[in-house]
Amino acid sequence: MSPAYEPVIGLEIHVQLATRTKMFCGCELSFGDPPNTHTCPVCLGLPGTLPVLNARAVQFGLLIGLALGSQIAERSLFHRKNYFYPDLPKGYQISQYDVPLCSGGGLGDVRIHRVHLEEDAAKLVHVGESGRIHGSDRSVVDFNRGGTPLVEIVTEPDLTSPEQAREWLTLLRATLKRLGVSDVNMEEGSLRCDANVSVRPVGSDQLGTKTELKNMNSFRYLERGVRAEIERQIGLRQSGEPVVQETLHFDPASERLTPLRSKEEAHDYRYFPEPDLVPLVITSEMRGQAELPELPAARAERFQRELGLSTERARELAFRTELGDYYERALAGDGHDPITVANWIPLLVERIGSDADPAESEVTPEALATLAGMVAAKEVARDAAREVLTQLVADGGDPRVIIEQRGLESISAEDGGLAEIIERAIAADPDAAEQVRQGNMRAVGPLVGFVMKETKGRADGGEITRLIRERVSSGS
Amino acid sequence: MSELIDLSAAEAAKLTRAGELDPAELFDAYRARAAADELNAFTWVADAVPDGDGVNGSPLGGVPLAVKDLFCTEGVPSQAGSRILEDYRPPYTATVVAQLAAAGAPLLGKTNQDEFAMGSSNENSAYGPVLNPWDRTRVPGGSSGGSAAAVAAGLAPWAIGTDTGGSIRQPAALCGIVGLKPTYGACSRFGMIAFASSLDQAGPLTRDVTDAALLLRHMIGHDARDSTSVPFPGEIAEPNAVDLRGIRLGVPEELAGDGIEPGVLESFRATLALAERLGATVEPCTLPHAPHALSAYYLIAPAEASANLARYDGVRYGLRVDAPDLISMYTRTRSAGFGPEVKRRIMLGTYALSSGYYDAYYGTAQKVRTMISEDFRAAFECFDFIVTPTSPWTAFELGAKTADPLAMYLNDFCTVPMPLAGIPAISIPSGLSDGLPVGFQLAGPAFSESRLLDAAFALEQAIGFDGSAARR
Repeated sequence: MSPAYEPVIGLEIHVQLATRTKMFCGCELSFGDPPNTHTCPVCLGLPGTLPVLNARAVQFGLLIGLALGSQIAERSLFHRKNYFYPDLPKGYQISQYDVPLCSGGGLGDVRIHRVHLEEDAAKLVHVGESGRIHGSDRSVVDFNRGGTPLVEIVTEPDLTSPEQAREWLTLLRATLKRLGVSDVNMEEGSLRCDANVSVRPVGSDQLGTKTELKNMNSFRYLERGVRAEIERQIGLRQSGEPVVQETLHFDPASERLTPLRSKEEAHDYRYFPEPDLVPLVITSEMRGQAELPELPAARAERFQRELGLSTERARELAFRTELGDYYERALAGDGHDPITVANWIPLLVERIGSDADPAESEVTPEALATLAGMVAAKEVARDAAREVLTQLVADGGDPRVIIEQRGLESISAEDGGLAEIIERAIAADPDAAEQVRQGNMRAVGPLVGFVMKETKGRADGGEITRLIRERVSSGS
Repeated sequence: MSELIDLSAAEAAKLTRAGELDPAELFDAYRARAAADELNAFTWVADAVPDGDGVNGSPLGGVPLAVKDLFCTEGVPSQAGSRILEDYRPPYTATVVAQLAAAGAPLLGKTNQDEFAMGSSNENSAYGPVLNPWDRTRVPGGSSGGSAAAVAAGLAPWAIGTDTGGSIRQPAALCGIVGLKPTYGACSRFGMIAFASSLDQAGPLTRDVTDAALLLRHMIGHDARDSTSVPFPGEIAEPNAVDLRGIRLGVPEELAGDGIEPGVLESFRATLALAERLGATVEPCTLPHAPHALSAYYLIAPAEASANLARYDGVRYGLRVDAPDLISMYTRTRSAGFGPEVKRRIMLGTYALSSGYYDAYYGTAQKVRTMISEDFRAAFECFDFIVTPTSPWTAFELGAKTADPLAMYLNDFCTVPMPLAGIPAISIPSGLSDGLPVGFQLAGPAFSESRLLDAAFALEQAIGFDGSAARR
């Protein structure tokens, strides 16, 4: 029997910074604008032009480094990374190399190796059937993206499963979003993730040969791509074949990994210090101006500690900044129970779509909190409340008014009407009532269903069950 | 007309400012001479005075300016002496050129140069060699050969060029004019088509020291578009020293002995004697690492050039030779577009930066560079200026050194240490040797330009060099 293998995963994340202008020139950043409308002599690499570093990008890089607990270099350097490609107008990319802005640090249980600043390449569009450079008829270049400020975050190989990789990236994304340094939109490419994957026999402390996975432009693809690669590598190892170090392209449609042939062929980038820029010096004044907001990891911890949420719920809300913000606004009113309100946020998300910001929905945080509170106080039954939520999502409004208008107030035990309906339920299905009396609780279902139907969901299911049991065991 | 041409630029500017000379007349006189250029000094000549303000009452009085081809000039060919940029017309103008135009020096024309400023004889231009006005069978020096020849021959009142390892001072010496390489960072490099970014500096090539000071005054200053430019401490004053009393001149044994042509050495020594008569003290000094400057330079400059020239890939502008695939397009375009010297330096630079060789070549060269800076720093504790011959020899015959690149590189022996240290240096004509001009070089600490010009002025007055023969 062959040994069991465990995966070792490290991530390299490119983050487009949400500065107003590009890294080394005054062109505005854009997305989706007509090609080559945000260019100038500098970002087109025209002869005689020189780069000038964007101070805001440095500030953002510094914020990221501080948020990740990295060591900030007082003096860091830019290098030229040399290779020929049509998306690289100067024939080199200006990037930080052996003296990056930030080193070390960590986020959650993953250590950070380094964080550095660089410029993005332009966008190459391959015209033709394949959509890739080989086999395309011709290629055109859109320089709008060229020169966009990027931060590259490199983790240590501390991740051990595709699920963990996905969850960690979610945390990183939330952290960056909270810092306000990036749009962090994977589909639009403002957050891009490559993964270095290797496998090794369980218990081994040696790293196996790694491959680099590119093009995983969503959280789902990251998880799937890494899973597919782990399976492929384990398959190779089990059949005694070696893993070859290479760069792989993940095709989400087929979930297949194909070796990437491209600029990666040339491995000698001939890095040397960029003579057109002076060293980047971080002053104590710049550090003083970098104020960190409460970050998602700390927020999740606070939700657990102060509000009593479960780990899972706390992370669910805190790792998506907009959910956490909405949640805290909902709690702002008097007397709302944090756990109750927290439980209603996923129900709202379910209705508005998992990527939508609830703040932009028709449902105000106050409305959701009120509705949750009414359910907790048994003023409205859970099923009826779900209906109210659906209407809130569609039309907005005040849940109390909706409940009153639609007559959805809960019918309680004290309400004589409910006892009468229970009588009718038992009369309609005496066999079930008898079985319940004998202790077969599964038989209660049809009886509860009858009552729910008759009350149009206004009664609480648990309450009905309790009343039926009381009624049948008291005989008569 | 010949009278007009015999005015120095500063004299002409004084007259136009006083309303005694029509700047348009001056421009036309030079335009006509530049258009009739037989030295191949110009690659483009203006048709008329560019529309422009800044002439009336401007400090430079509308005295037209010849500009080395590698300065970008909006809508005007800027080819850097290369086939790969044939008829390339930039959409913007270099900062230094724009500053000078605003100060009242309109663009007269673009001057020929060694391709991408790589050369010491101007024979590496894709647009043919420039001839030396003192002897048309000889080279004008390089790489700012066109600018030097144009000023020496009276085709332009003054010119600007760039100096990376001697490209202003050496052609100035070989053409019998003044050339100044400023402190690194004194002038903006924005719009200068780059050769070696950590060394390139713009500077004036002029008929005399006063003209050089006047032009430099309007070239310096911090430019927000060039991170390596700095605010110049103080102003460039008009030079007016009458002697050299109290000035200590150091003569580095490493740069003023072996390998220098006898005629050049003779003129150099005569100038030192003159300096002493003007009150200077002249003593030997040492720059122990200076003999390694040339080796360091020929690693650092090509390394930077190999990256700077990567943008000429046929994708966006300039020459493109079509091919069935991308790599072949790159190869064919660059094979056809670059000359042999440029290719040689790209290969040298690429090699010097290659993985496994970086430390041995580029890394070592940078260490040597630091030592050379340190040598100068130590020397300037004892001396005001370091003086050397500018070039080891006078203008040589066309073709004499083209077969031997290493012999050609030795041209820069005395001029290369200063840009490696980032310090300013000026070359002034010190006399003739066998009818050819000889250059005398003074180098000072960073930002000592005003003092340097003053000393050069005092020497110039005492030497009394007459360059009018070249303007016939």
